[in-house]
Amino acid sequence: MVNLGIKIHNLDLKNPVMTASGTCGFGEEIADFLDLSLLGGMVVKGTTLKHREGNAYPRMAETPSGMLNAVGLQNKGIDNFISNIYPRIKDLDTHIIVNVNGSTIEDYVALTERLNELDRIPAIELNISCPNVKEGGMAFGISCPSAEAVVKAVRKVYGKTLIVKLSPNVTSIAEIAKAVEGQGADSVSLINTLLGMAVNAETRKPVLSTITGGLSGPAIKPIALRMVWQVYNAVKIPVIGMGGIMNATDALEFMIAGASAIQVGTALFIDPTIPVKIIDGISEYMERHKIQSVNEIIGSLQC
Amino acid sequence: MKKTVIDFLLLDNKQLNKDNFQLTLQSPLPVSDIFPGQFINVEIKEATEIFLRRPFSILDVDYEKQTIALLVKILGRGSKKLTEARPGQTISAIFPLGKSFTLPDQNDRVLLIGGGSGVAPMLFLSKICGLKPENVTVLIGARSASDHIDVTAYQSYGQFYYTTEDGSLGEKGYVTNHPVFTEKLNQYTKIYTCGPDLMMKAIGRKAIDTNIFCEVSLENMMACGFGVCLCCVEDTKTGHKCVCTDGPVFNVNDLKW
Repeated sequence: MVNLGIKIHNLDLKNPVMTASGTCGFGEEIADFLDLSLLGGMVVKGTTLKHREGNAYPRMAETPSGMLNAVGLQNKGIDNFISNIYPRIKDLDTHIIVNVNGSTIEDYVALTERLNELDRIPAIELNISCPNVKEGGMAFGISCPSAEAVVKAVRKVYGKTLIVKLSPNVTSIAEIAKAVEGQGADSVSLINTLLGMAVNAETRKPVLSTITGGLSGPAIKPIALRMVWQVYNAVKIPVIGMGGIMNATDALEFMIAGASAIQVGTALFIDPTIPVKIIDGISEYMERHKIQSVNEIIGSLQC
Repeated sequence: MKKTVIDFLLLDNKQLNKDNFQLTLQSPLPVSDIFPGQFINVEIKEATEIFLRRPFSILDVDYEKQTIALLVKILGRGSKKLTEARPGQTISAIFPLGKSFTLPDQNDRVLLIGGGSGVAPMLFLSKICGLKPENVTVLIGARSASDHIDVTAYQSYGQFYYTTEDGSLGEKGYVTNHPVFTEKLNQYTKIYTCGPDLMMKAIGRKAIDTNIFCEVSLENMMACGFGVCLCCVEDTKTGHKCVCTDGPVFNVNDLKW
């Protein structure tokens, strides 16, 4: 029997496989397909202080080995989460992590304070990397001083596990990771989507209503792997890797490059049962390679 | 029936005309409670450029044989690839998805209007709506006679009328030019439609003006089909709604038409 358990700060995960924010709703949407208690963790839909309608349709473009989205953080706001959704999902036997978004530092802080009160939310993922909102979002995550400022402010009011989700749309993701580590982040998750664009040649118009959007899927996997490896070598806090993971081999590649845990995102759109297949695939790999603990895989890249 | 990722067996792939194919898929699990308007999200195999599944509405269900029939019209690379699938092949699909049309009441007189591949859920609805054939009118529009599919199997469920843009079958013009629509609309208590956006908008607006119950089935581009990606939203009177889970069937009164 192999040991799949890993630790992110003081959070014990039964296995390293989590579902990524914006790709699993609040869990309920995929519960028909998947026993959520099998997950190491579940990062629920990006939440903001106030209700957001998101961007106008069309919000999606299929691209080679991937897709662009420009959803723009459509969500019903924190009050709705606390009164309607949280009571329904809080007793799930997995770690529920809320993805936190804001237009201003004050937004992030106010939202975090509300989430701090919820017993069954052991961690937040601070999203300073959403490319699809006009204000805030990625703007915080693309420079060290602004990333530091938001993490510093949130750290003051949040005592539980603080994960910061990083943007790949930067010159040096390792520098941003070091900056947020310096302000007390307990973990970093990466990568959010890469800024991209799709054009309809017939109409000479952009496919997305917002012109640009976030690219995800296997198309971005080599970039994500490179960034996970760079960040793993730059910081001491655990790295959560994501970006185009479609199967167990992809997940293992991220762990070998330095990820303590991984998130599956876009792959869920195609196969919402994929997390279980990835968990089983990791076990099978460990048995085949006579690895007792999944921790032995983390950062085991032999250069 | 709960949403499931199913490996179907392709039993039959029949070319109906130039661009339309009828695929019959057998499920290893019982299929139950499937209604017109619901859809299936099909994986297109052996095609690396096609990343996402492709949604198709249900044309028919055989509960005993555990089969479902799909009408697949070639619109792009994904649908083209699917029409090349051979019987005996396994086809992965997520099923059943979406909300169906509201079934009519016993004393309703219904008008079902299908355009292009939107004819599929209309034929399914004509079959299972439970009304006498004299109370079911099916109006089908296509570009030309050669684009119409054979509806013989459904003809006993209602009165069928056709339009073609070139006049090669039925009335010349669009469905909205047909006398059933232009002159006799007040005979109907419910209108159901599926087809191109412009066609449905024209029908929907007329239904709103004449105060007739009308449901339309939308086709917004989607990534997942089960309500997590939030890509297929329609801007309704109550905000953005997911076409895949809040629809694809909407009452026109809820839309900003």
